[in-house]
Amino acid sequence: MQIDKDLVAASATPLVLAILAEGKSYGYAILKRVRELSDGELEWTDGMLYPLLHRLQRLGFVTPEWEAPTGGRRRKYYALTDEGHAALAGHKRQWVTVTRALGDVWGGGDMPPLALGGA
Amino acid sequence: MESLELEIAEWRSFVGQVPAVDGRDVDELEAHLRDQIADLNAAGLAADEAFLIAVKRMGSLDVLAREFAREHTGRLWRQLVLSGADEERAVASRWLEALLFAAGAAVTLLVALLVAGYPDEQPDWLYRNVSLLVIPFLAGWLARERRLPWRTLLVPAAVFLAAAVVINAYPFEEDGATEVLAVTHLPVVLWFVVAYPYMSGVLHSHERRMDFVRFTGEWFIYYTLIALGGGVLTALTGAVLEPTGVDPDVVANWVLPIGSAGAVVVAAWLVESKQRVVENMAPVLTMIFTPLFAVMLAGAAISYAVTGLGEAFDRELLGVFDALMVVVLGLVLYGMSAREPSPTPGWMDRIQLGAVVSALLLDVMVLASMADRIGDLGFTANRAAALGLNLVLLVNLSVAAWLSVRFLARSVPFHRLERWQTSYLPVFALWAAVVVVILPPAFGFE
Repeated sequence: MQIDKDLVAASATPLVLAILAEGKSYGYAILKRVRELSDGELEWTDGMLYPLLHRLQRLGFVTPEWEAPTGGRRRKYYALTDEGHAALAGHKRQWVTVTRALGDVWGGGDMPPLALGGA
Repeated sequence: MESLELEIAEWRSFVGQVPAVDGRDVDELEAHLRDQIADLNAAGLAADEAFLIAVKRMGSLDVLAREFAREHTGRLWRQLVLSGADEERAVASRWLEALLFAAGAAVTLLVALLVAGYPDEQPDWLYRNVSLLVIPFLAGWLARERRLPWRTLLVPAAVFLAAAVVINAYPFEEDGATEVLAVTHLPVVLWFVVAYPYMSGVLHSHERRMDFVRFTGEWFIYYTLIALGGGVLTALTGAVLEPTGVDPDVVANWVLPIGSAGAVVVAAWLVESKQRVVENMAPVLTMIFTPLFAVMLAGAAISYAVTGLGEAFDRELLGVFDALMVVVLGLVLYGMSAREPSPTPGWMDRIQLGAVVSALLLDVMVLASMADRIGDLGFTANRAAALGLNLVLLVNLSVAAWLSVRFLARSVPFHRLERWQTSYLPVFALWAAVVVVILPPAFGFE
């Protein structure tokens, strides 16, 4: 199944925020988590994640920190801020509304519950 | 394995050439690439295969460059990313247009000078209209540069027309204070009109407002450089021609005003096409001057607080302090627009806060002394203008200082400081317009 480009773009921000709500993480791990959550259906071009992360950083939703876990590679970790949590809650409300509307019009049952990760 | 390191190094230097991607970003992308390669290796792929797939997954460099540029407009500013060669050709063909508009401004001023009988006669209307003769050419060039449709030009044209009517129809008393105020504030109003074509008519965008601030700062730097070079050239020309019997004053009298008019457009063209040069120079300039001004302001604030203002605080000094405050605000604004979007406060942010707080202290003292003066002697046009400017600056700097403190305490992102300044920009335009339009009739055109 090919997911529409606009839909991928629209879901990128809430998805990244939700993944960071699980705990701080770095780019490569975030992408792996996206693939895992969507069973490989959501395919991002890897490089595109970084401008998005930088935008979230500018808006104050995430704070970055370079870290090198013992024996690991030096990576830039992003952690969700309080404002990021608030933004995620806002996104969640919107998506719940959209999916509920779609679920209703498609006759209930068919729509799986929205999985945006724990927040 | 060695060949892999070589390939990664090559990829690094390739990505590093994209203007909107800086060194730290390349580090981040490289860490990603290496993670991907390690995973693919673990899945059984050879090193070179893993490298190719990892690079492919990263996405094409063009698309990556565009996405980074969209987020980091501040860096993009150095140069438009999209396909370098085409861009250069386009810039080359556009210099002629810029030159035409610059010549238009210069010739218009020349005609006005001739009509006025300059330099023997220097009628008031010449001074009132100088900025109106030049700045519309800048707005026109920007509109042409951005290929704006004709009807979007109606807004700036209407404002220029209204300004011309006001400045010429008002019955100013000769050499009165209100006339001087109107003449000095008119260019400020007109400069804000230039923002309209500069931002392609999208006035509500905070990013574009910040771009306009950056443009203003860089235009000022280029204009100063051109003025310095022009000054040397005129002085030398005068000196060289002196033995031939040509009066050096003739050169200075004619070349200087006409050159300054043309340079308004030329400086803007330089900002637009040579962004990379200024990008390197401007942060260095703010880095040098912000601490110097901070020290000077702190010294002034302390010594005035100790000695008191007393009688020495006359009107001229008030004007000097107004100018000082404007410079501080300019530095803060420009430093902000050139700042790397790092989320953590650095030492420059602290120094800037120091400068703003000192300026605030001085401003409060100035206001107190002015309130005294006005209480004793009543309002005049000059005092009203100085008081208004001070209040406008006081509000701006107070909130800026408060937000800076909260940013240093890490309770608000830097983004909020930028938002405050870009939201406040219209207030400056409005105040300048009030001084031009409302103050003269309020004080009987004296």
